[in-house]
Amino acid sequence: MTPISLEAMAASIPDGASLALPPDNSLPSVALAKALIRRGAKGLRLIGVPISGFATDILIGAGCVAEVETSAVTLGEAGFAPRFTAALKEGRIRIRDATCPAMHTMLQAAEKGVPFMPLRGLIGSDILAHRPDWKVVESPFGTGEKIALLPALQPDVAAFHAVMADSAGNVWVGRRRECATLAHASRRVLVTVERVVEGNFLEDERLCPGAISATYVEAVAIAERGAQPAALLDEYGFDTAHVLDYARAARTEAGFAEWCARHVFDGRAVAAE
Amino acid sequence: MFKPEELLATTIARLIREAPTRHIAVGAASPIPAAACWLCVKQGDPLRLSLLHKRTGNPFTEGSRELFDLTGQGRVDLFFLGGGEIDGQANLNLIGTGEWPGMAVRFPGSFGSAFMYYMAGRTILFREEHSPRVLVERVAHISAPGVSEPGVFRRGHAQALVTGRCVFRFHPERARFSLASVHPGESVESVRAMTGFAFDVEGEVPETPAPTEAELALLRGAVCDEMLETYPEFCARVFGRKAAA
Repeated sequence: MTPISLEAMAASIPDGASLALPPDNSLPSVALAKALIRRGAKGLRLIGVPISGFATDILIGAGCVAEVETSAVTLGEAGFAPRFTAALKEGRIRIRDATCPAMHTMLQAAEKGVPFMPLRGLIGSDILAHRPDWKVVESPFGTGEKIALLPALQPDVAAFHAVMADSAGNVWVGRRRECATLAHASRRVLVTVERVVEGNFLEDERLCPGAISATYVEAVAIAERGAQPAALLDEYGFDTAHVLDYARAARTEAGFAEWCARHVFDGRAVAAE
Repeated sequence: MFKPEELLATTIARLIREAPTRHIAVGAASPIPAAACWLCVKQGDPLRLSLLHKRTGNPFTEGSRELFDLTGQGRVDLFFLGGGEIDGQANLNLIGTGEWPGMAVRFPGSFGSAFMYYMAGRTILFREEHSPRVLVERVAHISAPGVSEPGVFRRGHAQALVTGRCVFRFHPERARFSLASVHPGESVESVRAMTGFAFDVEGEVPETPAPTEAELALLRGAVCDEMLETYPEFCARVFGRKAAA
């Protein structure tokens, strides 16, 4: 397995693609989100697995996003996601609201290759009332129970940040198995990693339960500290100060632009509008 | 002397003990409920605590869907939810106000509420801000309903609503709250003035008991130790403690 560059990975995600991203507690590739901003991506349809965090807010702020399907957009202890909130109010993005287990269920249906799966709850929620693609049926098993059916969700691209890849292109995500469900469900899987190591995780009984087989992985790029400011398992913690600083700066468009120039472009040439 | 957060944590801990509780799950951004659960654990209650946002030693090894799968099966006795708006029928709004999807004020979103509220054995609602803009007669949008129609599977309801001013108990059979206790400095009248929904008052309403010295010592010591990694801002603000770098 030969890693590609981060910029080549970002270039391979076409404008308008549906792009599934895990949130801040679940191995987001903030490095790839920044590379997408640098390449000037447009019209992305982001999918929160099952919610959305920092990476989603910066992509929205940079104008890369047309739509978000998610159960929440939040910066955790740093509060509301400022660019998401502003873009929604200004009508620059659409949101398709969901609830966490609905996102998982739709991905699991895609993972199994079935057209839909049932999920309890939901009935009586206005989320359901605004989702014409979700249907309520009476259980065919004669119990009289009303239950919602949700369609399979197959993202065009899934992207996350793993701890490491091996020589065979397997990636290791520890206990964050939602990344495995996501990988199984998506058409393409792009993974940034801290490092590439010799060997094969699938040959190692201790590592294989946290591994995702290369069968599902299209490409790997090395991005050291690629989840930051989000945490990465036991490798590094959540940088609360950085996110609080971002939340303050990104209250205004100008503040966000300044933050981006410093933390995304980092002196590099700004992509053409 | 104690901080308002410490009173709320000990109040929630007492509500946890009111019913048999084997397993509690705590979701996003819930430092006070998490402190209440840790207080019960540190006082020796034999309960299992699954913290969704715990970075090291996270209890879920099958991914973040495992919480919902467990709860769907009935293995979670108690969960916590809040809301940008909560109404008198215990409907929760985490979407926002104004036209859908929250064009006046947008809240972060519904998280797992549209499932967890039905499927957990019971739910303690928690919202520190107690004002007419939060506790409304009718929520603008329902993320998760307080009660469900017949034919919809529902395992549990709200047990209580804890705010910065009082404790309400919820009665699902009549879909109404009653006032259970008022925090120091509050009265039935002051609570009514700050509450947008009608609620029942049955007899004399007691004052919410203050934390004991033993509870405060645990909160500031052993409980804070457990919470530093997940809630560093909260621990710094309430307990004056910072995580080691």
